[in-house]
Amino acid sequence: MTTEHHATEHHATEHHATERRAAEPGRRRSPLRKLLTDPQAVISAVLLLAVVLLGLLSPLFTDHGPNDASLDAVNAGAGTHGYLLGGDESGRDIFARLLASINTSVVSALIGASIALAIGVTFGLVGGYFGRRVRGVTEWVFSLVMTFPGLLLLIVLLPVTDGDYRATMLIFGVLLSPGIYRLVRNLVLGVKNELYVDAARVSGLPDRRILRRHVLSVVRGPVIIATAFLAGSSIAVQSGLAFLGVGSSSVPSFGAMISEGFANLYEEPLQFLWPSLMLGIITASLVLLGNSLRDALEGGRPKPSRIAAPERRSATPSSDTSVSAAGLLTVEDLAIAYPTPSGELKEVVSGVTLSLEAGQTLGLVGESGSGKTQTAFAVLGVLPSEAVVTRGSIRLDGHELLGLSEGELCGVRGTSIAYVPQEPMSNLDPNFTVGAQLVEGVRAASPMSRRDARERVLALLDRVGIPDPKRTYASYPHQISGGMAQRVLIAGAVASRPLLLIADEPTTALDVTVQAEILDLLRDLQKELNMAVLLVTHNFGVVADICDRVAVMQQGRIVETGDVLELFTTPRHAYTRMLLDSILDEHAPRTDGPTADGLETDAFEKEAR
Amino acid sequence: MTTALLDVSDLRVAYPGRGFRARPHEVLHGVSLAVDQGETLGIVGESGSGKTTIGRAVLGLVKPSGGRIGFLGQDITHCTPKERRALARYIQVVFQDPYSSLNPSLTIGDILSEPLVVQGATARGARARVHELLDQVGLPADTFARLPREFSGGQRQRVAIARALAPGPKLIVCDEPVSALDLSTQARVLDLFVDIQRRTGVAYLFISHDLAVIRHVSHRVSVVHRGDIVETGPAGRVTSEPEHPYTQHLLLAAPVADPVEQRNRRVERQRLAAAPPTAETHRNSPLKQGS
Amino acid sequence: MILYVLRRLVAGLVLAVLVTMITFALLSTSFDDVASSIVGSGATPDLVEAQKAQLGLDRPLFTQYLDWLSHAIRGDLGLSYFTSEPVRSAIAARLGVTLSIVLAALLVTVVISVVLGVLAATRGGAVDRIAQGVSMTGYLVPNLLIAIALVYVLAIELHWFPATGYTPLSEDPVRWVTTITIPVVALMMSGVASLTAQIRGAMIGELRKDYVRTLRTRGIPTRSIVLRHALRGAAGPALTVLSLEFIQMLGGALIIEQVFALPGFGQYAFNASLQGDIPIIMGISLFGVLLVVGVNLVVDLVNGWLNPKARILS
Repeated sequence: MTTEHHATEHHATEHHATERRAAEPGRRRSPLRKLLTDPQAVISAVLLLAVVLLGLLSPLFTDHGPNDASLDAVNAGAGTHGYLLGGDESGRDIFARLLASINTSVVSALIGASIALAIGVTFGLVGGYFGRRVRGVTEWVFSLVMTFPGLLLLIVLLPVTDGDYRATMLIFGVLLSPGIYRLVRNLVLGVKNELYVDAARVSGLPDRRILRRHVLSVVRGPVIIATAFLAGSSIAVQSGLAFLGVGSSSVPSFGAMISEGFANLYEEPLQFLWPSLMLGIITASLVLLGNSLRDALEGGRPKPSRIAAPERRSATPSSDTSVSAAGLLTVEDLAIAYPTPSGELKEVVSGVTLSLEAGQTLGLVGESGSGKTQTAFAVLGVLPSEAVVTRGSIRLDGHELLGLSEGELCGVRGTSIAYVPQEPMSNLDPNFTVGAQLVEGVRAASPMSRRDARERVLALLDRVGIPDPKRTYASYPHQISGGMAQRVLIAGAVASRPLLLIADEPTTALDVTVQAEILDLLRDLQKELNMAVLLVTHNFGVVADICDRVAVMQQGRIVETGDVLELFTTPRHAYTRMLLDSILDEHAPRTDGPTADGLETDAFEKEAR
Repeated sequence: MTTALLDVSDLRVAYPGRGFRARPHEVLHGVSLAVDQGETLGIVGESGSGKTTIGRAVLGLVKPSGGRIGFLGQDITHCTPKERRALARYIQVVFQDPYSSLNPSLTIGDILSEPLVVQGATARGARARVHELLDQVGLPADTFARLPREFSGGQRQRVAIARALAPGPKLIVCDEPVSALDLSTQARVLDLFVDIQRRTGVAYLFISHDLAVIRHVSHRVSVVHRGDIVETGPAGRVTSEPEHPYTQHLLLAAPVADPVEQRNRRVERQRLAAAPPTAETHRNSPLKQGS
Repeated sequence: MILYVLRRLVAGLVLAVLVTMITFALLSTSFDDVASSIVGSGATPDLVEAQKAQLGLDRPLFTQYLDWLSHAIRGDLGLSYFTSEPVRSAIAARLGVTLSIVLAALLVTVVISVVLGVLAATRGGAVDRIAQGVSMTGYLVPNLLIAIALVYVLAIELHWFPATGYTPLSEDPVRWVTTITIPVVALMMSGVASLTAQIRGAMIGELRKDYVRTLRTRGIPTRSIVLRHALRGAAGPALTVLSLEFIQMLGGALIIEQVFALPGFGQYAFNASLQGDIPIIMGISLFGVLLVVGVNLVVDLVNGWLNPKARILS
């Protein structure tokens, strides 16, 4: 159950990532082309191909069989007796044995990987796509298989397999299958919840076709990647077993050669070196190829995410003199940029200027991508670590915030500036009780004993309208409703009586009835604490309800700022007018009747007009 | 009125409870509604009210635990998969999320022609029909060969509408189709919905949490609250002079984009919240003056 | 919670019964060979049959299994066919060696992976490249080669550690550490590789979540956000990887023991399997499953303690 939970969570973040990527107008590059331009992929693939060919064509390169022994050739030097790499301690041709071992490895990899894939993919599709009952059974069987230590089982079953490496690899393939099963099952479960699968079903596509067209295409990439790793571990296990001495001595294999070389290490270290090198090359190429495939099919590994105040590129704050002392918060000519894949910076906020006085509410309005949330995050100093502030200044109560370190900002946040987020649930740490999270914040802002902090938090919870504060205090986030969670977050934000509250779409994720209550609560708290509020929203109804002044943002710029009444009655900028016109009219319900049978006439009338 | 296009009576849906031996959890407690040809029935409700489940039951994506769903006089409550596939010609869907409702690895052309091909169209015929559909939803012809990620939310939603229109359906279930869109895009997409209905005579079961959206597209409106329909009536009346206290509550809670009017509405809402709602308060509602 | 532990224990016991039953069924195909190898050269079919009868291998399979099971429940795993020593005490004596290296490797794996993974996720730069390098080496090079390379360099060339042999902890703790150091390093490489990658990825995912931003805006110090909140969130998937790693290491220990001539479980199992010493094989299967069940239970409990949602779902 737990793994499943994490898998879906993982999937969700991935989905989010693709969504974000989609926002950038991307150049399309097929995975294949990406692979061909990746030197790591090309080199490892060529190496593998060369090794496999070497094995297949071994009769062309050697005139000795791998098991032909000649007493003259015991520990013979390289090049003597017609042995390219010399002879081993039994007088066999090391080169011939090396090539034969390649074939053993390739067969092991083929058996192990194909058994694991056949079982894992089939049952993964079945377990993922069909109902819970079927999945219950497959789940149980595969976790059973997964529980047993693979190598131990292979050894325990020696009497059964008689040490034949092919039979052993067959069993090993079965032991590998749970990994593939889980991979495929998770992918399928993820796709199954995608709306496009629902849409395909509504479009009348049969299950077979949906599986083939929509599900298999998602499963394909990760399975190809996994195959490289399956082949690698099959080869590693086969050589491990051969090293232990499992299997017939007439089957040449790297493991057996290494074991013999190991025993002979002091006299003839090269005998040990050759098979190790070859084994190393094969497994390393497989892993490197697998990693390249992963990069090409799924995108590279995620970048580290540092917690730090945003980088600032401008050396001097724009101009100290021009800033009027008035205003609690003054933002001057703020510009924020993100690096593009080509290395240049792309501005998302270009020269935003705004000011806010104590006790005032400023609405920052705009459509998605207008830069309103970025502006709010810049004031809080919590922009993503890739973001760069290219110019401008942000002052709170006369103190410049840009350029402060994360540690210095910690002192400002919580005490002077506070934040209420959009999505209440995802903004609480699911692993801590509501009370524990709030207490930590309260104590970080103003040092006090744990007991005092608890009293303070309970009082706050009561203040924000939570009916049973003690119970909510001890609850985990998933045990409370979205509306309650938003009240909890507001309590956390106002805990230390901040001067400025930044609310980023604080009601967008809530039901309309809850939204009204939360807006009432914010209004009351603002009066009580004489806070300034910077309210980011796209909803003009919310603006009309709570804001004193409004700033309208479009594509990273503020196009119009003004008093709320003025803005609604006499908007000056064309963009503001367009937005206001898009609001669905309160008082004009749809007037035309159903078009049931009048279809043809309707079309006719339309023509006539 | 003869037989309705869609006729749902006493629909019940229960989801299995989580865990072993858990009791099923009923989300719809006997919902009845009807949609006529060419009509839009708006379904409005808050999250968890069961409004989305109504749509999914009509689409056959969840199994009803009771009641009956009739389409053109035929009982479609418990269809076989084959019957359900045949219904695809008549009942279609537009989902909320324009990002996950299109398969990211297929071109727009593939997405749109797939259902046509399944229904027996030739590749050539499907292609011609797809171009016609793209034109109908206001997308350029070169959309055909492009991938969903190259389009904005509004454009993707147009693609989803085109997909729904492809087989020439009688009914489209629209599940919050404009909720994820920006304000200006939202208005344009809603106009497209209305425009298409006028031209093709398709009926909509239009599900949304937003009274303003519902008011804009619906002929009639049903209000869902905790798995029950509390009020049904003409859009004009239900969305401006509601009878049921819950609908009144809903209406007063939605902020209106006018600072003066919103202040009045807020005062009224707070007064209503203080005193339990009666018929009296409704009659004195300041909203009446506006309508 | 107690109920949950009990349920998991019962499930574990059922699993143990099933695995031993399957093992026994598979082994039954080799009973003839076993009997003839006990009789030795010159085994006639009659002698082999007589030997089978003496060992009870001629009875119906299910009866034999039930007989084994009923004894096993009472703690009696029988006697070795070849040496006649009691299986239980023989395994127990060797278990210490195997567990020493596996548990030590597991512990070191966790410490290194957490440090490396967290640093790589939060710092980037050189630390991230080191973490990637370690992961690649662990993935790329088979355990066997790492073990041999370490022996060659550290023991044979530099004489820092003994190349082979084992000294029990109770005899000489310092020597115990030196004898297990190389085996532990060799055994943990692949574990460190996958766990570091897992923790790094999960930490990055966790640090990008909304709640981290909200915690920052409350003035909570970075150290607490990373170590108290994000690491806890990242621990769940890492624990799953860890329990799989344990199973892997238990298998890997077999090879490592051979390289370093450690008198452990693995060598014993290997020799018994070569001979077809059925009581020992069965005993080893049982111990193997019980070990895995035990570790999985511990992992689940830790996960439940860290993650309240898992507590509710289980």
